[in-house]
Amino acid sequence: MSDLRQKILILHAHTPDLHSPIGAWATYDGTGRDNATTGDSDAPPYKSVLEAMRDGWRVIQFPQLLPAYPGMELTTSYLRFEYILEKMETL
Amino acid sequence: MADNHQLLTSVQMANFVADGLLRFDELIPDVINAEVMRELDEKAIKFGYETQGQPLADVWRESQGIGAMVRLPAVQAIITSLVGKNPLYDHHAPHRVAPKHFEGQVWHADAIIDTRQHFDIQLFYFPHDTPREMGGTMFLPGSHLRRIHETDIGRHQNFVGQLPIVCKAGTLVVGHHGLWHCAQPNKTDQLRYMFKIRLNPTVRQTLLWNTDDLDDPQITDILFRNHKWYGNDDRLEYAQRIKFWRFLTGDDRYDANYWLTRIENMPERVAAA
Repeated sequence: MSDLRQKILILHAHTPDLHSPIGAWATYDGTGRDNATTGDSDAPPYKSVLEAMRDGWRVIQFPQLLPAYPGMELTTSYLRFEYILEKMETL
Repeated sequence: MADNHQLLTSVQMANFVADGLLRFDELIPDVINAEVMRELDEKAIKFGYETQGQPLADVWRESQGIGAMVRLPAVQAIITSLVGKNPLYDHHAPHRVAPKHFEGQVWHADAIIDTRQHFDIQLFYFPHDTPREMGGTMFLPGSHLRRIHETDIGRHQNFVGQLPIVCKAGTLVVGHHGLWHCAQPNKTDQLRYMFKIRLNPTVRQTLLWNTDDLDDPQITDILFRNHKWYGNDDRLEYAQRIKFWRFLTGDDRYDANYWLTRIENMPERVAAA
């Protein structure tokens, strides 16, 4: 088994623009060194997705832009601009 | 019985519409808080549900702790303002977080997707002091009108503007049924309690509060509070709140900053030649 483990950073941006501010964030650490949980920080780790990329994070999922279903144009639900980033770290 | 002078104001109701919660610090007297702690410690009240759907007034009639808390005129006035004078008991839950429990609960909204404009309320009652290291319940102001199912939001950990309830004994938070929340870790050596009660309305929830300040100019600004975590969805949130304010006031023409009037304008009159 490889010594590399995946670390995931989830950033919810204000708009689809990768420069835009972050409204929500989460980390999941496959190395087991970090046990992030709900409510454990008050400020996002990066100001934008682009700032995270400049710190070595690789974007592995972009949010799809889906038109609103008819009748649901004003309805809000999940945060829409969710970017998933990864780093591979050695144990 | 509720004292009319203690009913919520229109400004408070606008805050409820914008945030999905109202907070009342140290509202419950110490004598009741102490009795509630005795009832919890000695299991003098049922930890399981009472009969659901019965009038709230029929639950905990003999209790001088939880029952007395619910019967307080100030609490009755809050309940009356939001769900009317004779709400139904939906369920209750004495939530406990064990000492040295370092994992936060997953973010969730209670029950299931609920498409009603009509709404239930939940009383989140903190009977003892709750410093941050003991957790408190974490709420996300402005999340209550989003249509999500329970822990579908469980991937999230942190939001800009999240609100941990750090409070003194006797604090009551009243939330809309759709409000996103999660219990926080308890790093202390003491068991933490938070007592939750869900109530259903039995009357149309229109102008149930003290409406003397219904035309207060603050209301529009409050309805347009930007909680910063939802980014580009802010205008959609405002549209939802305008609809909610229309429901609460019974004024189907209410608007603010022209958001709904513009998209409801579909003139059919043919212009004269």
